[in-house]
Amino acid sequence: MKQLKKREVFTVSESSPKVRVATTSLAGCFGCHMSFLDMDERIVGLLEHVEFSRSPINDIKHCEPCDIGLIEGALCNADNVHVLKEFRDNCKIIIAVGACAINGGVPAMRNHFTLKECLEEAFLDEIGVDNPHIPNDVEIPLLLNKVHPIHEVVKVDYYLPGCPPPADAFVKILTDLLEGREPSLPKEMLHYD
Amino acid sequence: MTPYSSEHLLHVLHAHQQRFHYISDQAICEIATRLHLPRAQVEAVTEFYAFFHRSPRGRFDILFSNCTSCGNLTLMQQLCDRLNVCMDQTSSDGLISISQTSCIGMCDHGASALINGLTVTSLSEQIIEEMGNLIESETPVSAWPTSWFQIGNNIRKEGLLLTEALEPGAALKAIAGRSSDEILNEITASGLKGRGGAGFSTGLKWKLCRDAASDSRYVVCNADEGEPGTFKDRILLNSHADTLFEGMTVCGKVIGASQGYLYLRGEYRYMLDALLTTLQNRREAGLLGNNVLGSGFDFDIAVVVGAGAYICGEESALIESIEEKPGIPRIRPPFPVTSGLWGKPTVVNNVETLVAAAGIVLHGHHWFETSGTWQSKGSKLLSVSGDCARAGIYEYPFGVTVAQILEDAGAEDVQAVQIGGPAGRLIGAESFTNHIAFEDIATGGSFMIFDTSRDLLAVIGNFTHFFDHESCGFCTPCRVGTTLLKNGLDKVCSGHGTAHDIDELQRTAALVSRRSHCGLGMTAPNPIRDGLKVFPQLFEARLLHQEMEPEFNLDASLEEARSLTNRDDAEAHL
Ligand SMILES: Cc1cc2nc3c(=O)[nH]c(=O)nc-3n(C[C@H](O)[C@H](O)[C@H](O)COP(=O)(O)O)c2cc1C
Ligand code: SF4
Ligand code: SF4
Repeated sequence: MKQLKKREVFTVSESSPKVRVATTSLAGCFGCHMSFLDMDERIVGLLEHVEFSRSPINDIKHCEPCDIGLIEGALCNADNVHVLKEFRDNCKIIIAVGACAINGGVPAMRNHFTLKECLEEAFLDEIGVDNPHIPNDVEIPLLLNKVHPIHEVVKVDYYLPGCPPPADAFVKILTDLLEGREPSLPKEMLHYD
Repeated sequence: MTPYSSEHLLHVLHAHQQRFHYISDQAICEIATRLHLPRAQVEAVTEFYAFFHRSPRGRFDILFSNCTSCGNLTLMQQLCDRLNVCMDQTSSDGLISISQTSCIGMCDHGASALINGLTVTSLSEQIIEEMGNLIESETPVSAWPTSWFQIGNNIRKEGLLLTEALEPGAALKAIAGRSSDEILNEITASGLKGRGGAGFSTGLKWKLCRDAASDSRYVVCNADEGEPGTFKDRILLNSHADTLFEGMTVCGKVIGASQGYLYLRGEYRYMLDALLTTLQNRREAGLLGNNVLGSGFDFDIAVVVGAGAYICGEESALIESIEEKPGIPRIRPPFPVTSGLWGKPTVVNNVETLVAAAGIVLHGHHWFETSGTWQSKGSKLLSVSGDCARAGIYEYPFGVTVAQILEDAGAEDVQAVQIGGPAGRLIGAESFTNHIAFEDIATGGSFMIFDTSRDLLAVIGNFTHFFDHESCGFCTPCRVGTTLLKNGLDKVCSGHGTAHDIDELQRTAALVSRRSHCGLGMTAPNPIRDGLKVFPQLFEARLLHQEMEPEFNLDASLEEARSLTNRDDAEAHL
């Protein structure tokens, strides 16, 4: 867990006394979001102090100025980069959530191959492909040559490891931040075997 | 025990590589069957050592040193261009392959390379041109100008060890009739500490080994000399081999060993024949073999030649390598003195340490003790190279100042000195009054000088790449950390770094040095850490003044997708 200097984070404003949190899934499997929701009824208590901006939970499309941004997933395409930058521009604290965001994780397994090999396998050579061609519609975001963890493109303040991180770890890191403490996860939450 | 076993896995692989230019799957099976070794072991060893290859190298296989002192990659490029090949790619007709290798210990001889395993020095544009012709006409290396293969000693200053011309057998005669305790006391009283880097008391090491319960013990001489900028063991092996073997024999006598090994780095293979001849002469003179000098003591020495792995200088990795395994450092403790070669108590000493030990038992501890400082007795051989008029070997009493060495070597406008190699310390002018000594600036012997014309960040980058390349990959902090350090530093050097990257470098450096399994990882961040401490302005000047700059070029990383989809619209760029 990265140690940063203590900082003043949450200036409670008149209009919104709650801490504002945004979340997104880039190249991830939503497993981290599911694990977040695994905090079950504790989310009720959390919602007394927190409100959500852009998040798959509520389908808000753009990130407003926020206190905390939780990023699941790695960077695999141009859209991921745009979303990540929007989060960094709007969130005081960015937390990289899960193995994909931190290391590239499962999506980065394609890094052993060239992009050409990946696309040809999926869209030209695979058995049962009809109309074989590599999609080139301008609506489809282009893939990056390689999958990257998010800290290679924006500054990340904290890392929440796991695949996915346990619900308790989400509760712990958010509670620490809400209570103005430097987040720190006990060893049990960092053990995965 | 043959002095150079043609059945040792490293030697078998070397011979095979030389003959067939690579080690095929089939060869691995055959060698495994012949040597009664598991196939996986033969494969693992082949893949571990840089001088063995799983795919064909050229009939002329050239490795250019990329050391800051004995490397010149412009000359490498010249040869690539001349012969129309790319680095690391064997030409399609199998004629030639050209690659880089870490320092080959020729830092006093200018740009150097290994040609089919043989050392050529003092390369110049003209020699490269001629070499190109010889390769094109497929002239065998044995018919190349012999002057290219001349390697001198370049001794500039002699002290205790180098002036000594020990008569073969003199030290052994001096200890005849003396008990192991008496000899040990002599060594311990001299204050001799290991010359290989760690500076452990030699007397104590021998005593611990002798006193460890076992039916057999070993003496190993570490002649791996892989630290860039170090070449003093080369000189001792070349001109003081008898004294070295005498030191090993004395050690064997003290600890009760009957077998010694000299582990010679693959880059020094050109000295192998001469060393084997010296061993043979000693055997014929009754100084080795059964009943040494009629004393009833049996001792013999064998040579094992490495194959391009810096990590094999680490004593437990070296032991693994002698045991025909990949050079992966062992977990310590147990230390080699209690559990070393084949699990038996083993003394591993540097060449210079053993040479000094021979002198000490011959002349007594006073001979040694009167030189040097209170905590660092005796003399130290320094391999001086880099930007100076007189590169070579300088033997000083411990306590000499850096400034004195610079003056003797004729170095001017000195910006920095790297002492002890990349794993050692980088110092600037404010430290030139410091002393070479265990209690001040300790060194295994490398002394590389950089004048003000040098781009010091490029030098630090070179060292950082060295560690990344040489990390054995066994433990994560070093395997991953050295790559992160390399990437981070490259980013800063190329002008894409920010203050954030410097923080990350510092953090990674601290982690790598604290968490690594062996000395390689523990010292790998030294060049960056010293650089940031002593020359922060050099880093500062390269930084971008913004919060964060991506680690890679975003737009360029869409290039492949753009070409696969034929897109060039606004959304196809970042
Ligand atoms: C990465 C690494 C490389 C080393 N390389 C050498 C070497 O080339 N020669 C050497 O004598 N010691 C080398 N050492 C130190 C040895 O592990 C060991 O301490 C030394 O050989 C002991 O001999 P001494 O007591 O005579 O110094 C190296 C250590 C490490 C961690
Ligand atoms: S870290 Fe694991 S759970 Fe989270 S997005 Fe990646 S694969 Fe899914
Ligand atoms: S520190 Fe580096 S060289 Fe040493 S064991 Fe770990 S990976 Fe290998």
